[in-house]
Amino acid sequence: MRRSHIWRDLARSPQALLSAIFLALVVVVALTFHWWYPVNPLSQNLLGSLQPPLAETTSGTHLLGTDQLGRDLSARVLLGARISLMVGGIALLISLVFGTFVGLLAGYFGGWIDAVITGMTETVMALPFIVLAIAVIGALGSSTMVVIMTLGLTSWVGYAKLVRARVLELREEDYVVAAFALGSRTGHVLRRHVLPNVMPLIIVESTLLLGTLILAEAGLSFLGLGIQPPTPTWGGILSEGQMYVAVAPWIAIFPGVFLLLTVLATNFLGDFLRDAVSVEG
Amino acid sequence: MLNYLLRRIGLSIVVLFGLSVIVFVVLNLSGDPVLLLLPPDAPASEVEAFRERMGFNDPLPVRYWAFLGQLVRLDFGASIQYRVPALELVLERLPHTLSLAGLAILIAVLLGVPAGALAALKRGRLGDALLSGIAVLGQSTPVFWLAIMAILLFAVQLGWLPASGSSTWRHYILPSTTLAVFLLGGIVRVSRTSFLEVLSRPYIRTARSKGLTEGAVIWRHALRNAAIPVVTQIALQARYVIGGSVITESIFSWPGLGRLLVRGVYARDYPVVEAGVFVIALLLIVINTLVDISYTWLNPRVRLGR
Repeated sequence: MRRSHIWRDLARSPQALLSAIFLALVVVVALTFHWWYPVNPLSQNLLGSLQPPLAETTSGTHLLGTDQLGRDLSARVLLGARISLMVGGIALLISLVFGTFVGLLAGYFGGWIDAVITGMTETVMALPFIVLAIAVIGALGSSTMVVIMTLGLTSWVGYAKLVRARVLELREEDYVVAAFALGSRTGHVLRRHVLPNVMPLIIVESTLLLGTLILAEAGLSFLGLGIQPPTPTWGGILSEGQMYVAVAPWIAIFPGVFLLLTVLATNFLGDFLRDAVSVEG
Repeated sequence: MLNYLLRRIGLSIVVLFGLSVIVFVVLNLSGDPVLLLLPPDAPASEVEAFRERMGFNDPLPVRYWAFLGQLVRLDFGASIQYRVPALELVLERLPHTLSLAGLAILIAVLLGVPAGALAALKRGRLGDALLSGIAVLGQSTPVFWLAIMAILLFAVQLGWLPASGSSTWRHYILPSTTLAVFLLGGIVRVSRTSFLEVLSRPYIRTARSKGLTEGAVIWRHALRNAAIPVVTQIALQARYVIGGSVITESIFSWPGLGRLLVRGVYARDYPVVEAGVFVIALLLIVINTLVDISYTWLNPRVRLGR
């Protein structure tokens, strides 16, 4: 995967380019909005509850309207974006590190280590994520930490499988065999020769997984099993909006639209990167 | 074939064993399981007596062994909410989930496979881009948001369909189509890839050059050969169907297993959650094994166990 190719291809694919710009925008806005957005997402105004988009109340103009407690929906959606990205990002990091490590071990050493790890991946894959999460959250109760750990510890399987398969191939490559023949230590070979070759696959998987994780967190929060109110998350706002869908549909519509666009962007970008990698790799 | 089956069953046992460890660890991490099982106002002396009687004072390995024994006998204990065996509750709800999931899969296959085939035939043209784009859109749509939008449009605004319950066939329409959209994207994409692969094969060129109509080529030669990856995809998606069903059932108040599980978590009804999780795991393992066996029927060239 040569960098120059990626940039050239990206310029030729409007879908992928728009997706990348959109994602960058979401990240920047989510990280900085408290500096320039005037309304506090948690402050209530019961006199101005359930106002439609662009409505004026005593607390100002509400771009996306207000919710049942008169809180500004646009501010809540922005803070929701930050929380979605944070939870998804940390969970992604956990699964990335754990999955890559486990995949390297399984592919490289084989034998009983591989057998144990295969048993672990099959176990995690035997259940739908949400059912596994229900089992864990049912027992531990729900907190941001539990949600992140549950997401992280159920999503590493993709990395482990990818990395394991690639390492099995690489082990037979001449330059890896040669590195060993020259007396390199295992850790050095893994870092210097194997990891760089696995990297493109990891980047593709990460892009696609980020969308999946954001969607999963939203699903859990929607069911009331994820991040708890008053902290706004896209799934949580949607779930409150469900109750008012007949009188104030905007509460349910907007967080869903942002969620949809964000996940769509990660999918478009991930597909684009996969094509770019498979053409050259 | 026999070898393969035996290995497959062995792996399933490993998986069930792994799940039992996860559930046991999680249950013990949650603090004191006794407090989950007894009413919150139970006096301390009674808690201690219960603890001794149920063996909660035994060392961990002994308790795990007892726990495993209960699992093997499918004894999950009584539901805390309903005071009936948890397994009974789960099995009573299961058919509702299966009928919803089955209908959703049927809709997704009937729409998705032809759409994928069409995209493959129009490869690189506008129709292909459109269908593939819609497929990604379907995969990116949060199922709970779609469900609420469907309720908003068809139940609230137009008043055509009921938004909750399961008593008539009209109650099936919204939940099953919502769930189907969730699955559709994956099926379209796999069908497209699979048809593209098959259409480039020499026997398709032969079939065309001997003057068969395009319809006959697709039906007699392409469809059957393109079916295997599609069937695999459906089996892989069995996980997602059940996962999606948990959310869909909660929104449409569908009396299925998913809603029972979510309610069970709210009520801290751990026996029900445990029973539900194990029944779903067993179900998925059986489905995956059946799908693997069906490969031999779809394509006799697949020699399993080699």
